Amino acid sequence: MSAGEVRAVVMGASWGGVEASIKVLSELKVPFPVPLFLAQHQRYESESRLARVLSSRTELKVVAPEDKEQIEPGVIYVSPPGFHMLIDRGGFIALSCHWPVHYSRPSIDELFFSAGHVYGAGVLAVLLTGANEDGAAGIRYIHQRGGTTVAQAPATAEAPTMPEAAIRTGCVDYILPLQEIGQFLREQVTSRQKR
Amino acid sequence: MSDVPQIQDDQVDMEDVEIRLLLEAIFHIYGYDFRSYSKASIRRRVMHRLNLSGLPSIMEMIDRVMKDRQFFVSLLNDLTVNVTEMYRDPMFYRRFREEVVPLLKTFPFIKIWHAGCSTGEEIYSMAILLEEEGLYERAMIYATDIDKNVLAAAKKGIYSISSIRQYGENYLQAGGKASLSDYYTCKYDGVIIDQRLRRNILFADHDLATDQVFGEMNVIVCRNVLIYFDRDLQRRVFQLFRDSLDLGGVLCLGTKESLNFSGIADEFEPVDAQMKIFRRKQVVL
Repeated sequence: MSAGEVRAVVMGASWGGVEASIKVLSELKVPFPVPLFLAQHQRYESESRLARVLSSRTELKVVAPEDKEQIEPGVIYVSPPGFHMLIDRGGFIALSCHWPVHYSRPSIDELFFSAGHVYGAGVLAVLLTGANEDGAAGIRYIHQRGGTTVAQAPATAEAPTMPEAAIRTGCVDYILPLQEIGQFLREQVTSRQKR
Repeated sequence: MSDVPQIQDDQVDMEDVEIRLLLEAIFHIYGYDFRSYSKASIRRRVMHRLNLSGLPSIMEMIDRVMKDRQFFVSLLNDLTVNVTEMYRDPMFYRRFREEVVPLLKTFPFIKIWHAGCSTGEEIYSMAILLEEEGLYERAMIYATDIDKNVLAAAKKGIYSISSIRQYGENYLQAGGKASLSDYYTCKYDGVIIDQRLRRNILFADHDLATDQVFGEMNVIVCRNVLIYFDRDLQRRVFQLFRDSLDLGGVLCLGTKESLNFSGIADEFEPVDAQMKIFRRKQVVL
């Protein structure tokens, strides 16, 4: 696990994830010094309802990004339905419609792989509730890259399969009950900033 | 299935270099230019093929690509992303019908360039729409793609039974005036699109990264293609589109694509901002 600077937070959620994400994101406060990327499994639609829902529940700005949007600190980027959300070098978001991963597009692994590649040890990854195993491989990769990994305590998850799969990789640094994750993120991103 | 990148910390930048070498090799041997594609996006798809191939490294993959055309074809299929469906984003077609068709009705002849047509589903969607609006007789659709293999599939217009149900629903949501089944025949385990719909479609291979302007178009449709390009290549292609489009012509992008970083935003006005339909201004000040 790394004690270096946190440069980005990535978060993945599936079944039961909207409520869980709201719980976490509603506890974040401005100023939040880094960007946060959320991949939530959802069915395809042209507009991102999820971004609107989350927007009303957190102090932070919530965006369903367009392709090649510039990444800014303090903004929550929500994967648009039907697209994988990737991080490109140079501080842009790159969207992709390539094949679903774990039957999902957006996929959590795809986000985690690209964030791990670009931000390296500066990633803080959080895996919330879900009924499949998306995100576990991404957690392992981020761990290999020196990033910090968090899984929602399965007992507090509406669907424990996803955090359990991540924990089984042996690459999870913190297992936290849902109600503690928001505060944990706040502490990590502020205490681990360059001074 | 997921593609776990099997790499260690200090190898990461080396891997970026290897991917660049791979793209150089592809360009020089096969002529396909992916060198200005989005790095993040290309990387994910190369890693996917690497994992499927069982090859130990990208360097080995370069070697294989250079010697084995068949292997290259499978990689090409990953790199070009041929995800499409009939009436993909039904709301786009609905808005096209409502906002663009009335405009097209004022033209004596309609030239449409569909760039990145993939296996043709969206081409036939447009042909049917124009047919139902009584415009198809005076329309010509130029359907282009970088990949000759998908163009061959597009020409055939044969699609799987399993996807056609969804297409039928899309068609209705898109404002279709009949039933999609009026436009295809079932054949074995697939459906074949009514060959009459092909009468005003010209298929051609065209690479947006390297090829030039494509005639004086009234409409350019290029949806979910530009997302795979980096910003510089996007800017090049937007200029290409501007130069290929008549004044007052219509440009249709994917729902998550934007003119914001295009360098040509001032020359266009939105027709439908959400569905990303734009019109080239008549007079540029």
